[in-house]
Amino acid sequence: MSELMASGQEKEVEVLFWVGCAGSFDDRARRITKAFVKILHHCGVSFAILGQEEVCTGDPARRSGNEFLFQMQAITNIETLNAYGVKRIVTTCPHCFNTIKNEYPALGGTYEVIHHTTFLQGLINDGRLKLKDGGEFKGKKITYHDSCYLGRANGIYEAPRQLLELLDAELVEMKRCKSRGLCCGAGGAQMFKEEEEGKLRVNQERTKDIVESKASFVAAACPFCMTMMTDGIKEVEKQDEVQVMDLAEMVAKAQDLI
Amino acid sequence: MAFLQPLIFAIVTLTVFFLAFKKYRVIYANINLGKDEKIAGDSGTRFKNMMLLAFGQKKMFRNLTPAILHGFIYVAFLFTQIELIEIFIDGFTGIHRFFWYVLPLGGFYTALISFIEILSVLAFVGTIAFLARRNLLKVPRFHMDEMTGWPKLDGNLILFFELILLVGIFSMNTADMALADGKYGFAISGMLYPLIDGLGDTTLHIIERFGWWIHILMVFGFILYLPASKHLHIMLAFPNAYYGPLDGGANKGEIANMPRITEEIKLMMDPSAPMPEEDPNAEPERFGAKDVTDLSWKSLLDAYSCTECGRCSSACPANQTGKLLSPRKIMMDTRDRLEEKGAGLREHGADHDDGKSLFDYISTEELRACTTCNACVEECPVSINPVNIIMELRRYMILEESNSTEEWNLMFNNVETNGAVWKMPASDRTSWINELEAEAEAEDA
Ligand code: SF4
Ligand code: SF4
Ligand code: SF4
Ligand code: SF4
Repeated sequence: MSELMASGQEKEVEVLFWVGCAGSFDDRARRITKAFVKILHHCGVSFAILGQEEVCTGDPARRSGNEFLFQMQAITNIETLNAYGVKRIVTTCPHCFNTIKNEYPALGGTYEVIHHTTFLQGLINDGRLKLKDGGEFKGKKITYHDSCYLGRANGIYEAPRQLLELLDAELVEMKRCKSRGLCCGAGGAQMFKEEEEGKLRVNQERTKDIVESKASFVAAACPFCMTMMTDGIKEVEKQDEVQVMDLAEMVAKAQDLI
Repeated sequence: MAFLQPLIFAIVTLTVFFLAFKKYRVIYANINLGKDEKIAGDSGTRFKNMMLLAFGQKKMFRNLTPAILHGFIYVAFLFTQIELIEIFIDGFTGIHRFFWYVLPLGGFYTALISFIEILSVLAFVGTIAFLARRNLLKVPRFHMDEMTGWPKLDGNLILFFELILLVGIFSMNTADMALADGKYGFAISGMLYPLIDGLGDTTLHIIERFGWWIHILMVFGFILYLPASKHLHIMLAFPNAYYGPLDGGANKGEIANMPRITEEIKLMMDPSAPMPEEDPNAEPERFGAKDVTDLSWKSLLDAYSCTECGRCSSACPANQTGKLLSPRKIMMDTRDRLEEKGAGLREHGADHDDGKSLFDYISTEELRACTTCNACVEECPVSINPVNIIMELRRYMILEESNSTEEWNLMFNNVETNGAVWKMPASDRTSWINELEAEAEAEDA
């Protein structure tokens, strides 16, 4: 696997995979990382990672108000990325995606940044990834939770849905979806603190929508949404009826890659 | 006697314009208390944006019922301005129904006024429906905590004004029709005038003048009332859309950079970097915002443009789950504080410090509840961005006051020392590769 570490310097690679903190350290999110990497291998996509040189993009720091820490992180990352001459970045986390794509340019880091759902769709469109069929997802009721940092923040609503269509799933929308989608509650650095006092936690509110949709899978496209919804579903003891999976995992699973 | 009406009218008009000028100048000055913000993009695209969002009310159509009702009132309002021109000509010259008698518009005039009358009936329906929605139906966004007292009264008052205005329009048109035996051929007053046809010319003249004065006085009252009301949006929605984000929000996930911090970091990393030129006498600028004067002028324009409709708050995940945060309240608080701050500065001079700040209106608990999900921005029909204000206040809390939570501090610490949000060593960043290899081996075996 050492070629995985090859940085753009030594060998031209198609894309840099930005793994993110969640994708590197969170047990559940690491499974998304692995599924996505298996797809990349399967399709013969050459890619590099920054490995230990990657540091948090700084999204939670900036959004909590700690601009100083954010910029320290951002500038460090930009120096690394620029030193390796990175031009294209793919990431499985909408928060990393948004930060690198929209906020790094002001600090001297301009790249083509692609979220993994869009990337997967590209692989399919280019014929590099041929979906046999939907596997276990065929005909299943699946709902998609719009990540705010993909949808409202960046206008990506269709790529994830088209993947579900290609899996032959029956897409059932929650009552709040697309540009009206309800946040899972993790953004704005909420992931890293207790919620403020209220009647409910945001993920409890979102779980109501999920249960109401009667879907047997929730497709997620963000490791933090994943955590929030998994917790919410467990809390109402529906984990046997509704499973939360990242779209990369679904695609990998349908291809028997995982 | 013929000169009396133009004289009274001229005095009233001039007084109103003078008072209005004073009030609107205050608003202009208050918005200019904000910090400079460069607005990107070309004027052509901006203009198009304004036509779509403000003139065309594009975002209103996310919600069909109120969009249609609001549309009735809005279109009626636009077209009634034609009658208003006539009223002004009449007021100053005494020539009634100028477009009919002086300009030979004939049938076109009949069609125009009939159209206005029909719109007015629709506006009447809209107004009654809005009053019912506001007061009888339990639409939650009209009953949140911030919608008591003046904001609630304001929302209802304007609808009553609208009703009185409509009474004025129809009194005038119907009496005119009766006096002229229906020769103008207006659609609605044509149906109404037989009811009062027998009243005699003097009475009819009185009714006509009554309607006429009601109309113009309501308009004047409205002009003077607007600066204190959420209905200022009927004017400010236009500049607010013009100066609003251009890409249709395609990357509204971006939070603006703070170049002063970039300078400091660059200096820290490379002490030989040129020092940014600074005026040694200038007061050091704050990081983030403590008060309205630290916010961008665009945020202040936002605050004055807010219609208090609450679409933002009813979409807000924090608000829906019972947290204190309400993006509408953020906008209302900003406006209230700005009015207070501006009044203080004008009264006591530019250096005046009233010892208060925006934090006397907005609590840290509210600010900390935001998930930066942009639902409020998405919903706002008049291109307002509450997140910008929330972020500037959060920045002040952290950067100037170190007002954070223990958990956030822990996260900051981890990011600073390990480059990761959790307390994990950098060497573990690639442990998933080992896992992949182990899994592959296990499968092969
Ligand atoms: S921004 Fe979020 S997802 Fe991205 S690296 Fe930092 S913590 Fe991880
Ligand atoms: S984690 Fe929450 S805030 Fe982030 S994208 Fe997912 S839904 Fe939105
Ligand atoms: S961005 Fe903040 S204020 Fe706006 S809707 Fe989301 S949580 Fe509420
Ligand atoms: S900010 Fe916009 S959506 Fe919210 S109350 Fe004001 S006008 Fe309505």
